[in-house]
Amino acid sequence: MTDNDTRGSPYAPHTEAETATMLDAVGVDSEEALFDIPEAVRFTDELGIEPESERAVRRDIERTLSRNDDLTELLGRGHYDHYVPSLVDHLADRSEFLTSYTQYQPEVAQGFLQALFEYQSMLVEFTGLDVANCSMYDAATALGEAATLAQRVRSVSGDRVLVPAHLAAGRRAVLENYADGAGVTVEAYPMDDGAVDTDALEGSMGEDVAMVYAETPTVRGVIEESLSAVGDLAAAQDALFCLGSDPVALALLEEPASVGADVVIGDASTLGLGRSYGMGLGMFATHEDYLRQVPGRLVGAGEDESGRRAYTLTLQTREQHIRKERATSNICTNQAWVALRTAIHAAWLGPDGLVELAEDCVRYPQDLAARLDEIEGVQAPVHDRHHFREFLARTDQPATAVAADLRDRGYAVHDVGEHLLQVCVTERTTAAVDGLVDAVAEVAP
Amino acid sequence: MSDDPSESDPGDDGSGTLGYQQARWTDSDDRYEPLLSEKDTTEVAVGGDDSPLPDDLTRDSLELPALSEPELARHYTRLSQMNYGVESGPFPLGSCTMKYNPKFTEDVAALPDGAVHPDRPDDSVQGTLAVMAGLQDYLGRIGGMDAVTLQPPAGAAGEYAGILIAKAYHEANGEERTEVVVPDSAHGTNFASAALAGYDVVELPSAEDGRVDLDALEAAVGEDTAALMLTNPNTLGLFERDIEEIAEVVHDAGGLLYYDGANLNALLGRARPGDMGFDIMHYNVHKTFATPHGGGGPGAGPVGVKSDLAPYLPSPHVRERAGGSGYERYEPEHSVGKVHGFEGNWLVLIKAYAYIARLGDPGLADASAKAVLNANYLATQVDYEVPFGPFHHEFVASAGEQDAADVAKRMLDYGVHPPTTKWPEIVGEALMTEPTEVESKRTLDQLAAAFDAVAGEDDATLDAAPHETSARRIDQVAAARNPRLSWQALDDGS
Ligand SMILES: Cc1ncc(COP(=O)(O)O)c(C=O)c1O
Repeated sequence: MTDNDTRGSPYAPHTEAETATMLDAVGVDSEEALFDIPEAVRFTDELGIEPESERAVRRDIERTLSRNDDLTELLGRGHYDHYVPSLVDHLADRSEFLTSYTQYQPEVAQGFLQALFEYQSMLVEFTGLDVANCSMYDAATALGEAATLAQRVRSVSGDRVLVPAHLAAGRRAVLENYADGAGVTVEAYPMDDGAVDTDALEGSMGEDVAMVYAETPTVRGVIEESLSAVGDLAAAQDALFCLGSDPVALALLEEPASVGADVVIGDASTLGLGRSYGMGLGMFATHEDYLRQVPGRLVGAGEDESGRRAYTLTLQTREQHIRKERATSNICTNQAWVALRTAIHAAWLGPDGLVELAEDCVRYPQDLAARLDEIEGVQAPVHDRHHFREFLARTDQPATAVAADLRDRGYAVHDVGEHLLQVCVTERTTAAVDGLVDAVAEVAP
Repeated sequence: MSDDPSESDPGDDGSGTLGYQQARWTDSDDRYEPLLSEKDTTEVAVGGDDSPLPDDLTRDSLELPALSEPELARHYTRLSQMNYGVESGPFPLGSCTMKYNPKFTEDVAALPDGAVHPDRPDDSVQGTLAVMAGLQDYLGRIGGMDAVTLQPPAGAAGEYAGILIAKAYHEANGEERTEVVVPDSAHGTNFASAALAGYDVVELPSAEDGRVDLDALEAAVGEDTAALMLTNPNTLGLFERDIEEIAEVVHDAGGLLYYDGANLNALLGRARPGDMGFDIMHYNVHKTFATPHGGGGPGAGPVGVKSDLAPYLPSPHVRERAGGSGYERYEPEHSVGKVHGFEGNWLVLIKAYAYIARLGDPGLADASAKAVLNANYLATQVDYEVPFGPFHHEFVASAGEQDAADVAKRMLDYGVHPPTTKWPEIVGEALMTEPTEVESKRTLDQLAAAFDAVAGEDDATLDAAPHETSARRIDQVAAARNPRLSWQALDDGS
């Protein structure tokens, strides 16, 4: 093969002689003769895509992507930038993992199954719940799946899902679609200084509520302080309490099971993936009681003929390939490889490393907010709460203008409208904080 | 020959089969590679005086394995050795299009310039948006569609997005349609995606030739029909020759035609769903465009539509700015909203873009030609009967008197991944086989030898298989009866 060979697929190994032998064996004289496509719908034109050498494609994409501005990102709101150790790339890229597929033949796929079983176990530890599946697409679709689960398991037929007023627009939009299909409506309950307003929530409750959703940290980085109260309010109406979080936060914050969470969703790829333009890994954990209503794949331990413990996909009668339109979800291809990465990253950190990372995620925004607050024209944090990774700052100048000026100085922060900026800081960006503070001091007054 | 079938020694018995022994790490009679938690479990206290949070906001402790990097490297390397991928050997899993995943696409996905946050303003991510616009354009050309969204994170999510688009379109026309029609031979996700969007599913029986039965279709379709979902070639590998009539029946009833792109690898450059009357389609880029399957995902399921449906695409959508000064994201006028929290599986999409750019017209057309040639050649070399044809990139053989699931288990002993089994149900004991274009004649001969070796074996031999894999036959029924889904659950009952 040469790099400039652009005559056919460089990944089809056939020599001309082999092609001829094979055509002969089939009994046709050309590849075209194998296509049973009526004349009327044959495509005879060109697609108009020029083949290129591997070298040229790499160069073109490198050049194109270099048109992205080189900014220091202090961005979060559901997609986070944690340092991913080299070990993760090197192990997850092993081709036996990367080029395999769903473990329909468990005997030959023990390695991946075990890694997913270990991932599920880690989520069980993080959440305190009994069961975790081995992936949804992302946090938003996991939230949607939670709403459909709530609709299926609730003994009283509720059809309202209550969500916080502060919720990432993308998450809410996906939830609206899933809810709509399940005949459920989504309503926001108000916040009090960035956290759940439990009195207002209590006022919104009723026996027609199927699920109450809360997040910790919230989309604004606020650590919720009244989760047990939310759990009690939900339980009093026999509604599910779904909690949104992520594994880094859960290494430190209250265990979801201890505050009455029935389902935990969120983005598990805060470990293992890093910045990837919003790609994620939907975490989904729940009680044993709802085991048969869980969406997606589950890996279980069993035994093989030699009497050894072995792993297999299990309880598949929940799934689309068996249950069709009555399946618990339509998901098939999922985010398994990201789950492998998450598990490797979590194992690399270990319990000490995870807790330390999570504590830093409390300290960094606290320190940065205090420094920004000293700058004329800036008040931070806006909410008088504990924060995780990120917080809101109020600027005397319009936020849009401040964000644009910061961009000119090489920093990207969220402009959340009017006079509100949102700033996120992790171990990957903490070294940029001095520069950011200087830049804000220049542009904010 | 010895009684132990594992001693029939594939690999040097002259039958042309591969010899194979998968790694089998084990340290005791009752397990293979120990779990991370069996290597170490460490409980650390959380909170206390040094904690930045008050104790009532933290958990009490965290209990997880604490292992060194060298220990982890060995753990996961051993696990990888107990796993079979496309680079291990042939992987003719029907309907899944298990192609070789070109290495350079991994390097492209790892480019630091592409690792950006989605909430940055358009002006600052022109490179990313340009790649997305480029992929939308490529996919539109390949599918004969006018507009493409990259947001759905897998094929099933694409189906769901597509059905939402159909629903929004009908609603905008003041129509309440309640049904989606799906052939009985369709993939389970088609049924489930329609149901997730709130539709009743009407199952369409296949005709005797394995294709859509036009009479049954006429009977099934009516004023309640929102869409017909169809795979073409269908799951038997057969081209729906009556596709124009099918489209007419559905369109005359006011319904839309949805194309499940799982089998697009059969048609690249030779036929396009958009030219056959399909209004909406998804592409499985992890199948057709060679992005890795990753042990179950991630994939991506972009959706293409005809121009009159473009206003309904998910938000945001990428387009070139008026005047050609770069790219922008915008909300389509009647957008169905979102099917992913952000903009989909970027790291997968960029690999698909690189693959298509590398192959171009001649490469894509050749990929299909060789995929179809490989399936047809392999079928001629296999003893099992293939009841339906002419097929394209895949064929469905019947294991006949044998149990297809047992055939699959035994095939593992010959160093190959078996086909998809027992689906579609129209073929008894189905062995749905899709070798893809990446297998050479030599590999196909080895694959055929594996099929034929198993075809000639008795039930007892099949029952006892596999022997050469890391684990022996696993009792999946028992595993489901007593679900143990975490290492925490092993303590009681194992
Ligand atoms: C025919 C068919 N349709 C749809 C799908 C679903 O696609 P995905 O797994 O990407 O969600 C598959 C996948 O296996 C398939 O084979």
